[in-house]
Amino acid sequence: MAEPFLTVTGLTRRFDVSKPWLNRVLEREGRQFLTATADVSFSINKGETFALVGESGSGKSTIAKMIVGLLTPSAGQIAIEGQGIDPADPIAMRALRRRMQMIFQDPFASLNPRWRVGDIIAEPIRTLGLMPRGDVGREVGRLLDLVGLSAADASKFPHEFSGGQRQRIAIARALSSRPEFIVCDEPTSALDVSVQAQILNLMRDLQDEFKLTYLLISHDLSVVRHMSNRIGVLYLGRLVEVADAKRLFHEPQHPYTRMLLDAVPDLALSGRRRKSVSGEIPNPISPPAGCAFHPRCPQVKAECKAAVPVLCATPTGRAACVFAGGAPASIP
Amino acid sequence: MQDTKPRGRLFRIWDSDVAASFRRSPVAIISGLVALIIVLAAIFAPWIAPTNPYDPSSLNLMDGFTPPMQPNAFTGSTYLMGTDNQGRDVFSTILYGARISLFVGVSAVLLAMVLGISAGLVAGYRGGWVDAVLMRVADVQLSFPSILIALLIFGVARGIIPPTQREAMAIWVLIVAIGLSDWVQFARVVRGATMVEKGKEYVQAARVIGVSPLRILIRHILPNVMGPVLVIATISVALAIIAEATLSFLGVGVPPTQPSLGTLIRIGQQFLFSGEWWILLFPALTLLALALSVNMLGDWLRDALNPRLR
Repeated sequence: MAEPFLTVTGLTRRFDVSKPWLNRVLEREGRQFLTATADVSFSINKGETFALVGESGSGKSTIAKMIVGLLTPSAGQIAIEGQGIDPADPIAMRALRRRMQMIFQDPFASLNPRWRVGDIIAEPIRTLGLMPRGDVGREVGRLLDLVGLSAADASKFPHEFSGGQRQRIAIARALSSRPEFIVCDEPTSALDVSVQAQILNLMRDLQDEFKLTYLLISHDLSVVRHMSNRIGVLYLGRLVEVADAKRLFHEPQHPYTRMLLDAVPDLALSGRRRKSVSGEIPNPISPPAGCAFHPRCPQVKAECKAAVPVLCATPTGRAACVFAGGAPASIP
Repeated sequence: MQDTKPRGRLFRIWDSDVAASFRRSPVAIISGLVALIIVLAAIFAPWIAPTNPYDPSSLNLMDGFTPPMQPNAFTGSTYLMGTDNQGRDVFSTILYGARISLFVGVSAVLLAMVLGISAGLVAGYRGGWVDAVLMRVADVQLSFPSILIALLIFGVARGIIPPTQREAMAIWVLIVAIGLSDWVQFARVVRGATMVEKGKEYVQAARVIGVSPLRILIRHILPNVMGPVLVIATISVALAIIAEATLSFLGVGVPPTQPSLGTLIRIGQQFLFSGEWWILLFPALTLLALALSVNMLGDWLRDALNPRLR
């Protein structure tokens, strides 16, 4: 098999959430850290869509931000085609930035309200110096055309557009540096359902046309099912299951994945009884010992509280659970 | 409407929400007119003023203390607002004085804006110890009355500048003194707005493609924090003009050879109780009209730019 496009190994990020120094001294408290992601490893093949799913606070966006360089990892490596990303090397970073782009969640916040659409889309081209000044206008028109808007929209301001149109502008900006890889951080969660499908289909069309690789961050399993080839399930900053998309929906290995799938509303009205997600995600400052999911797990055993389970091979991929792989039949 | 032609920039300004709110507010229109008349009169003072009060050869000491609109007992000359003790036409000195007051006020606010916006942008964007140091300096400065700080800067400058240069440098010292005493409020407002803006995704989008922090601050964040800054700047101009008048009244401002409105008021108050009321009254009324109209414009602008009050 060919070398994966993106490889993430042991990615960890801790945030210092300590109180100010004076308060710590007066209240005799130590420093406090929040572990947003712990030891996350996965790889994305060229041309595929890899989805990361999880509840709020599971560290999805933190991983996305580390990959595009908005956050520096506390530990671990990120490599593109086997070449490690080193934020300290400006020349290498410049070359990498051109190949990676990001689409953000909120199209009302991701476009500068004081800039014209043409300038917003042209910003990556101008910043990275990708083409002569005279050609930028024509390129912006071509990009607007590509995402289903008109070239005349370049002289308008973002507030003249709807949410879906704004997200199209954001996609045009992401495409302007002709990237190979786009990180999509909840690209449709701020949009109406009817518009969501249009944006997702646009993203798929563009993927086919330009052989794009996507990292899709979402908490919406129907979006993930529609879009992705492989799925990683995050729980409290740890990857608990990675599997082929189709098989994950039919044969979830990890009890958490099963719980998420059971909670999905069923539009087909198949009569299946929905089980709501029980419990809440624990405080990431003081996560539970052992498997972080054990307080909510329906099949919890004594050994779950002892050690953090590692990802091991299952029939469908990898899962981090003492039950997965070895004894899937024992799960009711 | 059949008018579908692309409209010009001027039309867009005229058609904007702020302009519409201006047209609806009589207070804003009146204070705008008053301020505009004073500013225009000050700018075109050399063409409007009947005499040049800076030119000693045009002065006639015999004209001194001429009441307004009455012929002088010795020379027979008549002056619109009378003359002062040296025979200078009060109307002309007001025009030239407003010129200096406005120049000092606007320049001082520009200096305060540049300092305050830079400090606020850096403090808000960088955070951490840079923010802590800048804001503690601001807090300390805010605990003194700004007129005291201006007096202190003025005193220090007096010690540094050689006596022969003092008269020529007085205006610049005044601008620096008022500007340095006024940067804190700009810094605070800009810092707060910057902290809000830097978390927005358009800033992250710029960081993803490697836009430098300086460029992000100037091209992305600055345009989005200018709204509240303009409001403060307008009100600050009124306050700076008053601060200049106060300093000049106290005798530490501009020298009598280049009188500002404050200097004129200081000169005039010496004659108030001897009956020559016009030397004080007209400069004081001008200062009042100027400060009040600019202040009310600032108030209106604050309401017009505040979406919650619409």
